[in-house]
Amino acid sequence: MSKSERVPVYLDYAATTPADPRVAEKMMACLTMDGDFGNPASRSHVFGWKADDAVKEARGHVAALINADPREIVWTSGATESDNLAIKGVAHFYKKKGKHIITCKTEHKAVLDTCRQLEREGYEVTYLEVENSGFIDMKVLQDAIREDTILISIMHVNNETGVVQDIAAIGELARSRGIIFHCDAAQSAGKVEIDLEKVKVDLMSFSAHKIYGPKGVGALYVRRKPRIRIEAQMHGGGHERGMRSGTLAVHQIVGMGEAFRVAKEELVAESTRLLALRERLLNGFNDMEEIYINGDLSHHVSGLLNISFNFVEGESLIMALKDIAVSSGSACTSASLEPSYVLRALGREDELAHSSIRFSLGRFTTEADVDYTIKLVRQKVEKLRELSPLWEMYKDGVDLSKVQWAAH
Amino acid sequence: MPVYLDHNATTPIDERVFEAMLPCLKGSCYGNPSSQHRQGRESQQALQHARAQVAMLVGVQPRQVIFTSGGTEANNLALKGMMSVVDAGSRLVVAATEHSSVLEAARALQCEGYPLAFAGVDDDGVVSPTEFERVLIEHKTALVSVMLANNETGVVQDVVQLSELARRRGVMMHTDAVQALGKIDVNFDALGVSAMSLSAHKIGGPKGVGALVVEKGLMLQPMVHGGGHEAGLRAGTENMAGIVGFGAAAALIHPGLEARAEHCEQLRDRTEQALQKIAGVVVFAQQAKRLPNTIFFAVEGIEGATLLMSLDREGIAVSSGSACASGSGESSHVLKAMGVDDSLAHGAVRVSFGSGNTMKDVEQLISTLQEQVESLLKLNSGWT
Amino acid sequence: MAYSDKVMDHYENPRNVGSFDKDDSAVGTGMVGAPACGDVMKLQIKVSDEGVIEDAKFKTYGCGSAIASSSLLTEWVKGKTLQEASEIKNTELAEELALPPVKVHCSVLAEDAIKAAIEDYNSKGAAVVDVPEKVADAG
Repeated sequence: MSKSERVPVYLDYAATTPADPRVAEKMMACLTMDGDFGNPASRSHVFGWKADDAVKEARGHVAALINADPREIVWTSGATESDNLAIKGVAHFYKKKGKHIITCKTEHKAVLDTCRQLEREGYEVTYLEVENSGFIDMKVLQDAIREDTILISIMHVNNETGVVQDIAAIGELARSRGIIFHCDAAQSAGKVEIDLEKVKVDLMSFSAHKIYGPKGVGALYVRRKPRIRIEAQMHGGGHERGMRSGTLAVHQIVGMGEAFRVAKEELVAESTRLLALRERLLNGFNDMEEIYINGDLSHHVSGLLNISFNFVEGESLIMALKDIAVSSGSACTSASLEPSYVLRALGREDELAHSSIRFSLGRFTTEADVDYTIKLVRQKVEKLRELSPLWEMYKDGVDLSKVQWAAH
Repeated sequence: MPVYLDHNATTPIDERVFEAMLPCLKGSCYGNPSSQHRQGRESQQALQHARAQVAMLVGVQPRQVIFTSGGTEANNLALKGMMSVVDAGSRLVVAATEHSSVLEAARALQCEGYPLAFAGVDDDGVVSPTEFERVLIEHKTALVSVMLANNETGVVQDVVQLSELARRRGVMMHTDAVQALGKIDVNFDALGVSAMSLSAHKIGGPKGVGALVVEKGLMLQPMVHGGGHEAGLRAGTENMAGIVGFGAAAALIHPGLEARAEHCEQLRDRTEQALQKIAGVVVFAQQAKRLPNTIFFAVEGIEGATLLMSLDREGIAVSSGSACASGSGESSHVLKAMGVDDSLAHGAVRVSFGSGNTMKDVEQLISTLQEQVESLLKLNSGWT
Repeated sequence: MAYSDKVMDHYENPRNVGSFDKDDSAVGTGMVGAPACGDVMKLQIKVSDEGVIEDAKFKTYGCGSAIASSSLLTEWVKGKTLQEASEIKNTELAEELALPPVKVHCSVLAEDAIKAAIEDYNSKGAAVVDVPEKVADAG
């Protein structure tokens, strides 16, 4: 087998991305004595002013990608904090109006765990089921709305399956019922077009490190018209118009700004390129027996492909694929032995959920990387199936669903 | 380049810290530390290394270090996280001179129904043990927070003694050591507190990263949920470059602390000597034990903002106090708590040295100050 | 997850992969685990008239540690009497492979598999050896 030039091949861009060299350069310039190292809250000297200018420019870049006003951007330490701030911030601010929240079973842990915390505080949360495609049925959402519903939190692009929800429709519904709509866009920003002039999202979470910016910085979009209020979760010097205190990490923010600027510039061309690469990857597997694509590809982010290779266990496959970096399920839970809750919510049986691999392609992925991946995966799946008693039974015509498995 | 004398607001990054961060910015250390593959494991190792470096600086085990997005979050996590697990109705006590992140977190808790009381300070900004005890016994107190060193005055509290008093009464204690770290010796066990906040960008590390150091077995409710990072106490993909930079800064600041302190102290003493010669100068908390690098002073009859502006024009960067409150126009709550007259407090100027400053910087500061004070006073007398 | 060198070795070069005819009276088959749990192990032994395990084969659906545990076990049981083989403890496997705590269940599964195989062999009417612990039906 001819190896790709770069081993291990990185195909885990949905977990995190390397910083773009342009981003790194910008950041490095903020870290040195002759750069913008100042505290942007310092109003009494040029070091502070320069840092403040750098933050302003970055705020403009982030707003531009999503067609928002720079004043609608609140810096945070990442999408997890943004999700926490949005959901708890709304829940705490509007608790007199109601204590019911609607979210979905396939959301990121940052949303689900935050909702669980609110349940402990006395809020009620409805966790919507999704269809086998991964989409939310609008009728199901509509039926879940109650008099006291204050917030709907639905992600834009799912981190495990890549399925894109129809946030325009959800936004219309939420607005018509006077409910605030929060959307976790950590996986979609820079990959799918977002126009907040058009789409009625009230709060939107962003992360820098999913689109070639640094880890440890994110943002929350907070709509001004109509004005959305949130209660701050971190208190102190009153930074970010009182919504999020803490010294602004200038280099991080500048890095995020540059990442968003580049993403806007390259969005269309890059998603076309990634779609072609994904097609190539999928075509490479097409004739394999017993493979299942997780998540409907009709409304889907272009760089992601989640496939279950039946009768092969996911972790052993990842081990076999040590020359390519992929994941089974989301990185945040991959240390646990539980099959992915997202795939289970799509109605996948546990064994197929256990057999899933997420390939996520990105800016530095080449055709050679994809071809190498196809060869390696095919070879390793074949080897592991030779090892698999389930494959043997399947080949012998045993109906595995009828087998009485030993309880363990 | 202007002379930077505002190290308590933030510090430039040490060249070696910058070098250490590079692999996370443009090198091989880009994986998500939660990922199982090679790139993920490389990041995980870097994370563990940095955690050990920070732990070493304050004399704790690595697992006692919870990384946060900075000092503000560490203070919020400490207060909210510790108060969430105590009996309802228990009280929180904070010193009147705390940083805004402690004060505002405390007020937010008060809004949620936790009684709040303040421990006052004397004219020199010091929390006296008698006052401290008096406040603690007044009402059933669960948690008390007193900062190790004040960001504006540089006053160093006797946290060792205060924590001993708190412990005797069964009260948990938190200390905000953000300003003290790297300037005086900070040893978690010696301080005797249950939790301690740190920040990287005050010690030559990057902004956007800090830590809460906790005693083993401390009950703490997380503030950011989702994903179970930091032993379930702080969710969110780790700020790799920031954390690695924090670790590197911690490792660098560890040796040579005394020499650095001595260097800053010389600069400060020289400045104070010269200040005494300017008519109407008042140095705050001069009698108290202070950080070696900080002077907080005012000149009677001169507006602080005006003086700062004229200094900035002459290429000297100082501040009116806390950067977080700068631009608000309010006079310092720290000086108010010390009983300083409002008109004098409005003139407050903070000079905070770093190890990169030299005696030449001091001479430039002094001569500029003398000139500016003189001309401002002339202007004032001309108007009246 | 970082795997030990021994796990990696067995995983990359698994010993004794394959199957015997399960209807052969000299063969005992143990199949334990469930696909829904992420592990299924099939262990087969071929036993001589003297009650000695002459050969062993396995197939495993599971993580690297599960594959390594069953591979190592096939090496260990060869040449052992049924009695000796039934006394192999999961802790010995876990120790040899340096399994981390979250993977110890893989070695438990392997111990269950050999016991199930011995029981299956015994149920075919050959020499009876006490199996210390009842193992659930292998299906």
